[in-house]
Amino acid sequence: MIQNLAFYLFSFFLLASAVMVVTSRNPVHAVLFLILGFVNAAVLFLLAGAEFLAFVLVIVYVGAVAVLFLFVVMMLDVDFAALHEGFQRYAPVGALVALIMFAELAFIAGTWAIAPAGSADRLFPTPDNVSNTVALGQLIYTSYLPLFQLSGVILLVAMIGAIVLTHRDRKRSLHQNISKQHARTPAQTLAMVRAPLGVGAALPERQREEETHR
Amino acid sequence: MIVPLSHYLVVSAMLLVIGIFGIFMNRKNVIIIMMSIELILLAANLNFVAFSGVLHDMVGQVFTMFVLTVAAAESAIGLAILVIYFRNRGSIEVEDVTLMKG
Repeated sequence: MIQNLAFYLFSFFLLASAVMVVTSRNPVHAVLFLILGFVNAAVLFLLAGAEFLAFVLVIVYVGAVAVLFLFVVMMLDVDFAALHEGFQRYAPVGALVALIMFAELAFIAGTWAIAPAGSADRLFPTPDNVSNTVALGQLIYTSYLPLFQLSGVILLVAMIGAIVLTHRDRKRSLHQNISKQHARTPAQTLAMVRAPLGVGAALPERQREEETHR
Repeated sequence: MIVPLSHYLVVSAMLLVIGIFGIFMNRKNVIIIMMSIELILLAANLNFVAFSGVLHDMVGQVFTMFVLTVAAAESAIGLAILVIYFRNRGSIEVEDVTLMKG
Protein backbone atom coordinates (compact mmCIF):
# COMPACT_ATOMS: atom_id res chain seq x y z
CA MET A 1 0.00 0.00 0.00
CA ILE A 2 2.71 2.46 0.99
CA GLN A 3 4.64 1.45 -2.12
CA ASN A 4 1.65 2.22 -4.32
CA LEU A 5 1.22 5.57 -2.63
CA ALA A 6 4.90 6.39 -3.08
CA PHE A 7 4.73 5.31 -6.70
CA TYR A 8 1.82 7.63 -7.46
CA LEU A 9 3.39 10.53 -5.57
CA PHE A 10 6.80 10.28 -7.22
CA SER A 11 5.47 9.55 -10.68
CA PHE A 12 3.21 12.59 -10.38
CA PHE A 13 6.21 14.74 -9.50
CA LEU A 14 8.23 13.13 -12.31
CA LEU A 15 5.59 13.93 -14.92
CA ALA A 16 4.98 17.42 -13.53
CA SER A 17 8.67 18.28 -13.60
CA ALA A 18 8.95 16.84 -17.13
CA VAL A 19 6.15 19.18 -18.21
CA MET A 20 7.97 22.07 -16.54
CA VAL A 21 11.22 21.15 -18.34
CA VAL A 22 9.42 21.36 -21.65
CA THR A 23 7.39 24.49 -21.04
CA SER A 24 9.46 26.74 -18.78
CA ARG A 25 10.69 30.02 -20.25
CA ASN A 26 14.00 30.10 -18.40
CA PRO A 27 16.39 27.26 -19.35
CA VAL A 28 18.01 27.38 -15.90
CA HIS A 29 14.63 26.50 -14.41
CA ALA A 30 14.29 23.77 -17.04
CA VAL A 31 17.60 22.23 -15.94
CA LEU A 32 16.59 22.39 -12.29
CA PHE A 33 13.28 20.69 -13.08
CA LEU A 34 15.22 18.08 -15.06
CA ILE A 35 17.24 17.36 -11.91
CA LEU A 36 14.03 17.04 -9.88
CA GLY A 37 12.61 14.69 -12.51
CA PHE A 38 15.68 12.48 -12.42
CA VAL A 39 15.59 12.26 -8.63
CA ASN A 40 11.95 11.18 -8.80
CA ALA A 41 12.77 8.65 -11.52
CA ALA A 42 15.48 7.25 -9.25
CA VAL A 43 12.83 6.63 -6.59
CA LEU A 44 10.71 4.82 -9.17
CA PHE A 45 13.77 2.69 -10.01
CA LEU A 46 14.11 1.90 -6.30
CA LEU A 47 10.46 0.84 -6.15
CA ALA A 48 11.07 -1.50 -9.10
CA GLY A 49 13.96 -3.12 -7.25
CA ALA A 50 16.86 -1.63 -9.21
CA GLU A 51 18.78 -0.08 -6.32
CA PHE A 52 22.14 0.22 -8.03
CA LEU A 53 20.68 1.90 -11.09
CA ALA A 54 18.73 4.31 -8.91
CA PHE A 55 21.93 5.53 -7.29
CA VAL A 56 23.76 5.55 -10.62
CA LEU A 57 20.97 7.72 -12.00
CA VAL A 58 21.35 10.17 -9.12
CA ILE A 59 25.15 10.23 -9.36
CA VAL A 60 25.50 10.36 -13.13
CA TYR A 61 22.56 12.55 -14.03
CA VAL A 62 22.11 14.82 -11.06
CA GLY A 63 25.82 14.98 -10.38
CA ALA A 64 27.27 15.20 -13.86
CA VAL A 65 24.94 15.60 -16.80
CA ALA A 66 22.60 18.13 -15.21
CA VAL A 67 25.54 20.20 -13.99
CA LEU A 68 26.96 20.05 -17.53
CA PHE A 69 23.67 21.38 -18.86
CA LEU A 70 23.67 24.08 -16.20
CA PHE A 71 27.20 25.14 -17.13
CA VAL A 72 26.34 25.35 -20.82
CA VAL A 73 23.13 27.28 -20.18
CA MET A 74 24.97 29.77 -18.01
CA MET A 75 28.05 30.03 -20.26
CA LEU A 76 26.22 30.75 -23.48
CA ASP A 77 25.01 34.31 -23.62
CA VAL A 78 21.83 33.52 -25.47
CA ASP A 79 18.70 35.62 -25.69
CA PHE A 80 16.39 32.91 -24.44
CA ALA A 81 13.27 35.02 -24.73
CA ALA A 82 13.76 35.17 -28.50
CA LEU A 83 14.23 31.42 -28.63
CA HIS A 84 10.96 30.91 -26.83
CA GLU A 85 8.87 32.73 -29.43
CA GLY A 86 6.83 30.56 -31.73
CA PHE A 87 5.92 28.41 -28.75
CA GLN A 88 2.20 28.90 -29.30
CA ARG A 89 2.57 28.43 -33.04
CA TYR A 90 4.09 24.99 -32.65
CA ALA A 91 1.72 23.91 -29.87
CA PRO A 92 -1.10 22.42 -32.01
CA VAL A 93 1.21 20.27 -34.13
CA GLY A 94 3.16 19.14 -31.08
CA ALA A 95 0.01 18.32 -29.16
CA LEU A 96 -1.37 16.39 -32.13
CA VAL A 97 1.76 14.31 -32.56
CA ALA A 98 1.97 13.69 -28.81
CA LEU A 99 -1.69 12.64 -28.71
CA ILE A 100 -1.29 10.25 -31.64
CA MET A 101 1.84 8.78 -30.07
CA PHE A 102 0.12 8.28 -26.72
CA ALA A 103 -2.92 6.71 -28.38
CA GLU A 104 -0.69 4.27 -30.25
CA LEU A 105 1.14 3.34 -27.07
CA ALA A 106 -2.18 2.90 -25.28
CA PHE A 107 -3.39 0.56 -28.04
CA ILE A 108 -0.24 -1.50 -27.67
CA ALA A 109 -0.61 -1.58 -23.88
CA GLY A 110 -4.27 -2.63 -24.17
CA THR A 111 -3.68 -5.69 -26.34
CA TRP A 112 -0.46 -6.93 -24.85
CA ALA A 113 0.23 -9.73 -22.35
CA ILE A 114 3.17 -11.73 -21.08
CA ALA A 115 3.18 -15.30 -22.43
CA PRO A 116 2.44 -17.82 -19.65
CA ALA A 117 5.53 -19.87 -20.51
CA GLY A 118 7.60 -16.75 -21.03
CA SER A 119 9.39 -16.94 -17.71
CA ALA A 120 11.23 -20.02 -18.95
CA ASP A 121 12.87 -17.89 -21.62
CA ARG A 122 14.55 -15.53 -19.20
CA LEU A 123 18.23 -15.13 -19.93
CA PHE A 124 19.51 -14.30 -16.43
CA PRO A 125 16.87 -14.64 -13.69
CA THR A 126 17.38 -12.36 -10.71
CA PRO A 127 19.11 -14.33 -7.94
CA ASP A 128 17.23 -14.26 -4.64
CA ASN A 129 20.01 -14.49 -2.10
CA VAL A 130 22.25 -11.60 -3.18
CA SER A 131 21.73 -7.86 -3.32
CA ASN A 132 20.94 -6.03 -6.51
CA THR A 133 24.43 -4.57 -6.86
CA VAL A 134 26.07 -7.98 -6.48
CA ALA A 135 23.70 -9.54 -9.00
CA LEU A 136 24.39 -6.78 -11.51
CA GLY A 137 28.13 -7.06 -10.97
CA GLN A 138 28.05 -10.83 -11.43
CA LEU A 139 26.47 -10.22 -14.80
CA ILE A 140 28.36 -7.25 -16.24
CA TYR A 141 31.78 -8.63 -15.32
CA THR A 142 31.11 -12.05 -16.84
CA SER A 143 28.55 -12.41 -19.59
CA TYR A 144 28.43 -8.76 -20.54
CA LEU A 145 32.12 -8.00 -20.19
CA PRO A 146 32.67 -7.09 -23.88
CA LEU A 147 29.72 -4.72 -23.87
CA PHE A 148 30.84 -3.25 -20.58
CA GLN A 149 34.32 -2.59 -21.97
CA LEU A 150 32.76 -1.14 -25.10
CA SER A 151 30.69 1.29 -23.05
CA GLY A 152 33.91 2.39 -21.37
CA VAL A 153 35.41 3.01 -24.81
CA ILE A 154 32.33 5.01 -25.75
CA LEU A 155 32.79 7.20 -22.70
CA LEU A 156 36.48 7.67 -23.48
CA VAL A 157 35.70 8.65 -27.07
CA ALA A 158 33.02 11.05 -25.87
CA MET A 159 35.42 12.63 -23.38
CA ILE A 160 38.24 13.05 -25.91
CA GLY A 161 35.77 14.27 -28.52
CA ALA A 162 34.30 16.89 -26.21
CA ILE A 163 37.77 18.12 -25.24
CA VAL A 164 38.97 18.26 -28.85
CA LEU A 165 35.82 20.02 -30.00
CA THR A 166 35.80 22.72 -27.36
CA HIS A 167 39.55 23.20 -26.86
CA ARG A 168 40.84 26.49 -28.15
CA ASP A 169 44.58 26.88 -28.55
CA ARG A 170 45.05 30.45 -27.47
CA LYS A 171 47.71 32.37 -29.34
CA ARG A 172 49.03 33.82 -26.12
CA SER A 173 49.42 30.55 -24.27
CA LEU A 174 52.99 30.08 -23.06
CA HIS A 175 53.57 26.42 -23.73
CA GLN A 176 57.00 24.89 -23.95
CA ASN A 177 58.61 24.03 -27.31
CA ILE A 178 61.37 21.65 -26.34
CA SER A 179 63.00 21.19 -29.78
CA LYS A 180 63.14 24.93 -30.21
CA GLN A 181 64.73 25.27 -26.78
CA HIS A 182 67.35 22.63 -27.57
CA ALA A 183 68.20 24.26 -30.91
CA ARG A 184 68.96 27.58 -29.32
CA THR A 185 72.54 28.78 -29.56
CA PRO A 186 74.16 31.63 -27.66
CA ALA A 187 74.50 33.55 -30.92
CA GLN A 188 70.72 33.74 -31.25
CA THR A 189 70.05 34.97 -27.81
CA LEU A 190 73.11 36.84 -26.55
CA ALA A 191 74.19 40.25 -27.74
CA MET A 192 77.07 42.22 -26.33
CA VAL A 193 76.08 45.83 -25.97
CA ARG A 194 78.31 48.68 -24.99
CA ALA A 195 76.13 51.06 -23.06
CA PRO A 196 77.08 54.69 -23.51
CA LEU A 197 77.45 56.67 -20.35
CA GLY A 198 74.23 58.39 -19.27
CA VAL A 199 72.13 56.84 -22.06
CA GLY A 200 71.91 53.17 -21.17
CA ALA A 201 71.59 50.19 -23.43
CA ALA A 202 68.75 49.99 -25.94
CA LEU A 203 67.03 46.65 -26.13
CA PRO A 204 68.01 44.53 -29.13
CA GLU A 205 65.44 44.27 -31.89
CA ARG A 206 64.13 40.75 -31.25
CA GLN A 207 63.88 41.14 -27.52
CA ARG A 208 61.85 44.30 -27.94
CA GLU A 209 59.39 42.43 -30.15
CA GLU A 210 58.96 39.75 -27.55
CA GLU A 211 58.37 42.35 -24.88
CA THR A 212 55.57 43.94 -26.86
CA HIS A 213 54.00 40.53 -27.50
CA ARG A 214 53.55 39.85 -23.83
CA MET B 1 7.43 -5.67 -7.26
CA ILE B 2 4.23 -4.52 -5.64
CA VAL B 3 3.27 -1.78 -8.08
CA PRO B 4 1.61 -3.30 -11.17
CA LEU B 5 3.55 -3.23 -14.41
CA SER B 6 0.84 -1.37 -16.29
CA HIS B 7 1.25 1.67 -14.03
CA TYR B 8 4.94 1.82 -14.85
CA LEU B 9 4.16 1.51 -18.53
CA VAL B 10 1.63 4.34 -18.39
CA VAL B 11 4.07 6.63 -16.55
CA SER B 12 6.88 5.94 -19.00
CA ALA B 13 4.56 6.35 -22.00
CA MET B 14 3.50 9.74 -20.65
CA LEU B 15 7.14 10.68 -20.08
CA LEU B 16 8.02 9.71 -23.64
CA VAL B 17 5.10 11.69 -25.01
CA ILE B 18 6.10 14.74 -22.95
CA GLY B 19 9.62 14.44 -24.38
CA ILE B 20 8.35 14.30 -27.96
CA PHE B 21 6.03 17.22 -27.23
CA GLY B 22 9.03 19.15 -25.92
CA ILE B 23 10.98 18.58 -29.12
CA PHE B 24 8.07 19.98 -31.09
CA MET B 25 7.45 22.93 -28.80
CA ASN B 26 11.02 24.18 -28.42
CA ARG B 27 12.00 23.98 -32.04
CA LYS B 28 14.46 26.82 -31.67
CA ASN B 29 16.21 26.05 -28.42
CA VAL B 30 18.67 23.18 -28.84
CA ILE B 31 19.34 22.93 -25.10
CA ILE B 32 15.69 22.18 -24.32
CA ILE B 33 15.59 19.71 -27.24
CA MET B 34 18.52 17.84 -25.68
CA MET B 35 16.74 17.81 -22.33
CA SER B 36 13.69 16.36 -24.08
CA ILE B 37 15.89 13.62 -25.55
CA GLU B 38 17.09 12.90 -22.01
CA LEU B 39 13.46 12.57 -20.91
CA ILE B 40 12.74 10.13 -23.76
CA LEU B 41 15.75 8.01 -22.82
CA LEU B 42 14.62 8.08 -19.19
CA ALA B 43 11.23 6.75 -20.28
CA ALA B 44 12.95 3.89 -22.11
CA ASN B 45 15.05 3.16 -19.02
CA LEU B 46 11.95 3.15 -16.84
CA ASN B 47 10.40 0.54 -19.13
CA PHE B 48 13.55 -1.60 -19.02
CA VAL B 49 13.69 -1.47 -15.22
CA ALA B 50 9.97 -2.12 -14.78
CA PHE B 51 10.08 -5.20 -17.01
CA SER B 52 13.23 -6.36 -15.25
CA GLY B 53 11.44 -6.11 -11.92
CA VAL B 54 8.30 -7.89 -13.09
CA LEU B 55 9.98 -10.69 -15.01
CA HIS B 56 12.78 -11.16 -12.44
CA ASP B 57 15.36 -10.88 -15.21
CA MET B 58 18.59 -8.95 -14.72
CA VAL B 59 19.20 -8.23 -18.40
CA GLY B 60 16.87 -5.24 -18.35
CA GLN B 61 18.95 -3.56 -15.68
CA VAL B 62 22.19 -4.33 -17.53
CA PHE B 63 20.84 -2.69 -20.65
CA THR B 64 19.58 0.27 -18.64
CA MET B 65 23.16 0.80 -17.55
CA PHE B 66 24.36 0.76 -21.14
CA VAL B 67 21.63 3.19 -22.15
CA LEU B 68 22.72 5.50 -19.32
CA THR B 69 26.31 5.35 -20.56
CA VAL B 70 25.40 6.15 -24.13
CA ALA B 71 23.05 8.93 -23.00
CA ALA B 72 25.79 10.54 -20.93
CA ALA B 73 28.24 10.36 -23.85
CA GLU B 74 25.61 11.76 -26.20
CA SER B 75 24.82 14.73 -24.00
CA ALA B 76 28.52 15.52 -23.50
CA ILE B 77 29.22 15.49 -27.24
CA GLY B 78 26.00 17.35 -28.01
CA LEU B 79 26.76 20.11 -25.56
CA ALA B 80 30.32 20.39 -26.91
CA ILE B 81 28.97 20.78 -30.44
CA LEU B 82 26.50 23.34 -29.12
CA VAL B 83 29.30 25.35 -27.49
CA ILE B 84 31.44 25.49 -30.64
CA TYR B 85 28.39 26.21 -32.76
CA PHE B 86 27.50 29.13 -30.53
CA ARG B 87 31.11 30.32 -30.66
CA ASN B 88 31.03 30.32 -34.46
CA ARG B 89 27.55 31.62 -35.19
CA GLY B 90 26.48 33.45 -32.02
CA SER B 91 23.14 31.66 -31.94
CA ILE B 92 21.72 28.29 -31.00
CA GLU B 93 18.56 28.38 -33.10
CA VAL B 94 17.98 25.13 -34.92
CA GLU B 95 16.71 26.96 -37.98
CA ASP B 96 20.06 28.74 -38.33
CA VAL B 97 21.92 25.46 -38.77
CA THR B 98 22.19 25.67 -42.52
CA LEU B 99 25.96 25.55 -43.07
CA MET B 100 25.81 22.08 -44.62
CA LYS B 101 22.98 22.95 -46.99
CA GLY B 102 25.27 23.60 -49.93
